[in-house]
Amino acid sequence: MARDYLYFPGCSLKATGVAYEESMQELFRILEMPLRELEDWNCCGATSYMAIDEESAFQLSARNLSLARQNGNSDLMAPCAACYLVLRKTQDYVKKYPRVHRHVAASLESAGLPMMDGVKVRHPLEVLYNDVGLEKLESKVVRRWRGGPVACYYGCQAVRPFTEVDRAHNPIRMDEIMKAVGVPTVDYSLKTKCCGGALTGTIHDVGVRLNYLLLKEAARKGANAIVTLCPLCQFNLDAYQVEIQKESGESFDTPILYFTQVLGWAFGADPRKLGFKRGIAGRKLLKQWFAEHAEVEQYV
Amino acid sequence: MDFGRTMKYQREAEPDWPHQLKQLPGCERLFSCIQCGKCSGTCPLSIYMDYTPRRIINLVREGFRNEALSSKTIWLCASCYACAVHCPQDIHITDVMYMLKREAIQHQMYPKRFPIPVLAREFYDLVRKRGRSSEFWLVLRLAMKSNPLILLGMVRTGFWLIRTGRLSLRSERIRGVHQLRRELATPKEAQ
Amino acid sequence: MARIGIYVCHCGHNIAGTIDVKGVANYAASLPGVAVARDYKYMCSDPGQDLIKNDIRDHQLDRIIVAACSPSLHEATFRNATAQGGLNAYYFQMVNVREHDAWVHSDKAAATEKAKDLVRAAVYRVKLHKPLERRRVPIRPEVLVVGGGIAGIHASLSLAAAGKQVYLVEREPTIGGHMAQFDKTFPTLDCAACILTPKMTAVRANPNITLWTLSEVVKVEGFVGSYQVTVRHKPRYIIDDLCVGCLECVEACVFKEPRFSDEFNVGLGKRKPVYMPFPQAVPQLVLIDPETCIEFKTGKCKKTCVEACAERNAIDFTQKERLETIEVGSIILSTGFEVFDPHRIPYYGYGVYPNVYTALEVERLVNAAGPTGGEVVLRDGRKPKRVGIVHCVGSRDEHTNRYCSRVCCMYSLKLAHLVKEHTDAEIFNCYIDMRTPGKTFEEFYNRVGEEGVNFVRGKVADVYPDGDGSLVMQVEDTLLGIVRKIPVDMVVLAVGLEAHRDADAVRRMFNITCASEGFFVERHPKLAPVNTFTDGIFLAGCCQGPKDIPDTVAQAGAAAMEAAALIDKGYVELEPMTASVNEEECSGCKTCIPMCPYSAISQKADVKKAFINEVLCKGCGTCVAACPSGSIKQNLFEDEEIFEEIEGVLAYA
Repeated sequence: MARDYLYFPGCSLKATGVAYEESMQELFRILEMPLRELEDWNCCGATSYMAIDEESAFQLSARNLSLARQNGNSDLMAPCAACYLVLRKTQDYVKKYPRVHRHVAASLESAGLPMMDGVKVRHPLEVLYNDVGLEKLESKVVRRWRGGPVACYYGCQAVRPFTEVDRAHNPIRMDEIMKAVGVPTVDYSLKTKCCGGALTGTIHDVGVRLNYLLLKEAARKGANAIVTLCPLCQFNLDAYQVEIQKESGESFDTPILYFTQVLGWAFGADPRKLGFKRGIAGRKLLKQWFAEHAEVEQYV
Repeated sequence: MDFGRTMKYQREAEPDWPHQLKQLPGCERLFSCIQCGKCSGTCPLSIYMDYTPRRIINLVREGFRNEALSSKTIWLCASCYACAVHCPQDIHITDVMYMLKREAIQHQMYPKRFPIPVLAREFYDLVRKRGRSSEFWLVLRLAMKSNPLILLGMVRTGFWLIRTGRLSLRSERIRGVHQLRRELATPKEAQ
Repeated sequence: MARIGIYVCHCGHNIAGTIDVKGVANYAASLPGVAVARDYKYMCSDPGQDLIKNDIRDHQLDRIIVAACSPSLHEATFRNATAQGGLNAYYFQMVNVREHDAWVHSDKAAATEKAKDLVRAAVYRVKLHKPLERRRVPIRPEVLVVGGGIAGIHASLSLAAAGKQVYLVEREPTIGGHMAQFDKTFPTLDCAACILTPKMTAVRANPNITLWTLSEVVKVEGFVGSYQVTVRHKPRYIIDDLCVGCLECVEACVFKEPRFSDEFNVGLGKRKPVYMPFPQAVPQLVLIDPETCIEFKTGKCKKTCVEACAERNAIDFTQKERLETIEVGSIILSTGFEVFDPHRIPYYGYGVYPNVYTALEVERLVNAAGPTGGEVVLRDGRKPKRVGIVHCVGSRDEHTNRYCSRVCCMYSLKLAHLVKEHTDAEIFNCYIDMRTPGKTFEEFYNRVGEEGVNFVRGKVADVYPDGDGSLVMQVEDTLLGIVRKIPVDMVVLAVGLEAHRDADAVRRMFNITCASEGFFVERHPKLAPVNTFTDGIFLAGCCQGPKDIPDTVAQAGAAAMEAAALIDKGYVELEPMTASVNEEECSGCKTCIPMCPYSAISQKADVKKAFINEVLCKGCGTCVAACPSGSIKQNLFEDEEIFEEIEGVLAYA
């Protein structure tokens, strides 16, 4: 009865966010939910396209949705929050604005692609929450988490208009999933505040400052790690900790994990397949935790 | 001290402009704004902006196009949509910001070598050509066209990204790139 | 051959701005049977009505058509004019060319053609009109008032003062409503209890008022003049006539300390299972809460309360709920409001951070009879040094309620003043727009400003805890254009007013209408503000929309006056658009009986034919459409009349 999940990796999962893809694949394999990558997908357009040409942004997403449709699959999973939002926004605007609909339909036609109706864009967090459920996730746990409390960071675009990952104000599903697999979470009041997105690459100081606030609040709340669901959030929080330390004089060495890594770990996956070695910050801490777990601890 | 005057004359306003913008997707409720400031209060970046998002909405509504398009605000907006979910009047402020960015880019109303529009432009071209973006090439081209010195600051990050296998120098190209170009070439309807 | 008079109204620019009224009149003149066709600026004016009367006399007209506004506005006016001209009032037909035509179209030529079609339809149908007579029914002199807040109390006392019999039905164990929970009232700062409790005791003492607390209306039947209302009396487990309100049972209760959430103090205080809602409650009777009483839960209580009550013998654990049906002539609904539940806005942290309060909770804190004896202290007993008041919580927001709740600005100013007076704390009122339009309200705003309260113009975006245990309000000071983070010890949420969650069930029971927000709709926003679309049912207070105490009392007085006027007139005229059964054709199949929403149809036992009670029939037409044998007809909507009307509208010239 294994159902296969079509997924749209997006550019980040093939580069800076490669650990996300690796751990997701391993996690879904353990859960016996085979993953299939959408063939010949193109970039989602992210936020930059909207700023240049909104109609092209819709065209880009439309091709991906149409390819999914051609695949005969009604669900398309997009792990990156930006891809997820852009795909859903495209669907929403195509539905809401006849002019956008006509343009997208004409564009797909001239590319020889079918109209993209009926594809449901989903996020792996919500797939795990709805299709698997907390109870089943809990039943799969074979390793005890020794990393102490974590801060669940939802970031922005996954929990905003057009989305169905969780409610926009005070989302809790990631916290619930973490608790279900035995990972304590802290009350993280900045859980939906933006990491700055591409700002770290452009107006660097401002972007880094936002990440400083996020790291500081997590530390203040006693979190040993931050768990994310978006490759850009993970990158921003992970890559600039040394710089933040220099600027602020406060020391940070916080592992920034994907929720898929934590779940994979709890379900007994080979840590090497979860991409833990791809993190920049908190490597010492991670090594410590995993050293204790050299022998996998089985629950009887 | 600079004692420049800040008065605005009505002749500087373009009163038709906001009414045109109102026709664009997401900007319909522009005129419903009650100036409560919740957008600015929830915006993680408003503290760095020259005009808070609320003030941008009012500049737009009153037709002060020049001020709105040359503000820093529109570039600081990171598209996090916090304002959009908080707005009590359901104004899609993020879409308004996109619209302003598009217009500012179209009319080159930003400082030369200002990295954000450069990044947007480079990203746009890269994806148009290859169908996918490549973080490595994107950053490289951004640096070349804005300020090559920023690469120096990235050495450390780059080193770590290579070491952890997260930096791919390969620029991918999709098979259906011609199909994609045909799609993107489809003309828009005239407004 | 009929002699029809047709009058096309300009309604100033309302109709004539879109429709060529002269063209319509000229066209009408050409239709067969039309003797006179005119256009006129305002047909509803006296000269307009005189046109009709004079033409009936001078041109021997026998049918009248007015093409003007909605029949709900002026049908009665023109029927009267027709009658005054000497014709039967029902030889009149109204054509709505304003709401149905001029106001909804912009293409003038097309709108004019549509008006011609509508007028032609009326010409076809009016020829078939038959003379009809209105029926008079007497009005019963009793009035039912539903809801015993300040609106219901004032309406009841006004009616009783006029010598009318009133039933006042209240769901809670005491009357007084929300006003009884308030500390002081804006802008005069008189003590709410001081001005309310005399009226509450006056209700109890007035022989014209029958007061039923812990009671709910469950069924309403009948029509204006004669409503049959079924009331459910919930058990108090105390015999009303025997209880003297001495509270000895409360003292003696096996629970030595009060430990259950106290409704009157919105959960900030505690009560026992047997309790008096508050010291000035009316009636002065205790009640037993079966949810918390040991006797009800286990049946094994020592019943120290019964012992304490001794020979008074007022406690009765066996009381059951009972139904009672009364007859009244009219009804005043004063069912009040609910405060907005701020759990619905998670980013203000209500229910998460203990020092976030609703305004109603703070009312109880500042009240000398409240759970803290009037001390404004936080849940941990500290006195707040800085207090933030967040305006518009659950108001003026597409995600909650779009409307302004009208009273929050003023009560927030009042609470700012009271909290400052009690604690000398620094107060921050964060508002969007300061709305102080009532009499002496602006002066009060100025006074509070002079007392040193801070005003920050901006809607609070976020409330979160700071490191040191205080809370931070994040808000753009829109007058400065700068985002501020204001640390406070206490956050007060100025929650808005909402319709009761069961308002929709109530409106169905009383057959009135609700707007989308859930508040009951008045017949006309300006000219019939306390009437509903159902005759004999009136509105008072916040069930019709958020309002302050002065407006509520004024409206309650007006509703009482409307009800009294109806009683003093003694009768009401019913429209004759009722349905009737042709017994020859009725097969006695009973299809119509359950269809009738007004229970007006029964079967005659002897002949086994349907029978429609004309007094109960509201002329909705459901039975006419449902009857398989076509044996029910309805006055003014007979098959021939409707078919002719359709013929007329489709007969293109």
